[in-house]
Amino acid sequence: MSVTVGTTVRVLQMDPPGHHRTPRFVRGKEGVVVGLAGRMPDAERLAYGGRGPDQPVWRVRFRQTTLWPDYVGDPRDTVVLDLYEHWLEPRR
Amino acid sequence: MTHAHDEHEHGHDGHAHPHPRQPDIEDAPLTWHMALTEALAELIVRKGLCTQADIRRTLEKIDAASPAAGGRLVARAWLDPDFKARLLQDVNAAATELGIDAGGIPIRAVEDTPDRHNVIVCTLCSCYPRFLLGGSPDWYKSKAYRARVVREPRAVLAEFGLDLPDGVQIEVHDSTAELRYLVVPVRPPGTEGWSEDQLAAIVTRDCLIGTALPVAA
Repeated sequence: MSVTVGTTVRVLQMDPPGHHRTPRFVRGKEGVVVGLAGRMPDAERLAYGGRGPDQPVWRVRFRQTTLWPDYVGDPRDTVVLDLYEHWLEPRR
Repeated sequence: MTHAHDEHEHGHDGHAHPHPRQPDIEDAPLTWHMALTEALAELIVRKGLCTQADIRRTLEKIDAASPAAGGRLVARAWLDPDFKARLLQDVNAAATELGIDAGGIPIRAVEDTPDRHNVIVCTLCSCYPRFLLGGSPDWYKSKAYRARVVREPRAVLAEFGLDLPDGVQIEVHDSTAELRYLVVPVRPPGTEGWSEDQLAAIVTRDCLIGTALPVAA
């Protein structure tokens, strides 16, 4: 199964060394892909002088209540992040 | 009158009193990042990738950019639904239509609705559409804003004086990759018949970040 708009994804719970753009507060959390941010240079390689092929970056929407169990506010409140595809595991 | 080394004196009502002089930039030690910036700029120029003048021009351009450009885009979008559609599709291209150079980094517009409010942050650093809007406010770069607005956006917005009514959901956009964000707020009531310039004037910087809403003055 591949990632596309509408896919529920889980952000990989990993802690690689070096530069990356996946904040800790979404690692291991489930969200829904709402759009393609674009195909972009891989920031993790670019930070060390590499380039490689551009990578799909997806706009992923998370419910606040998924991220913070004690969230105070409307249960429909959300956060959208732009995440590189290799951090996303499609679930359904 | 003698001058102490680190202070000067001047008189008020005949009483001279010293106060600390304003430090010069060079009075503080060079930080690691300042040294890195200097070294990198020198290397880039020596390698012929760009010139000192290119760097100067780019810095000047960022400093000349202003939130007013974002206000113009929003005002036009309120008045022209076709333009709004193009703005939501591609901010940089839509800006060019108005003679505004939004820079080479793609910007995405997120549109508020009566029941959804958008707010922008960069939790990892301080990404901001600076080529379009100029430099970001200091609070936008603070750890407190960056950590809290994704965690308790309603409390943070209340501290900005923005209390959203019940029933309005909040969507926070975290600029984690190569996109920059711009909020297109809802046109406020009381602005019927306003000119584009009048409308643009009420779309301030914080409205474009989502920490304020435009109001009919």
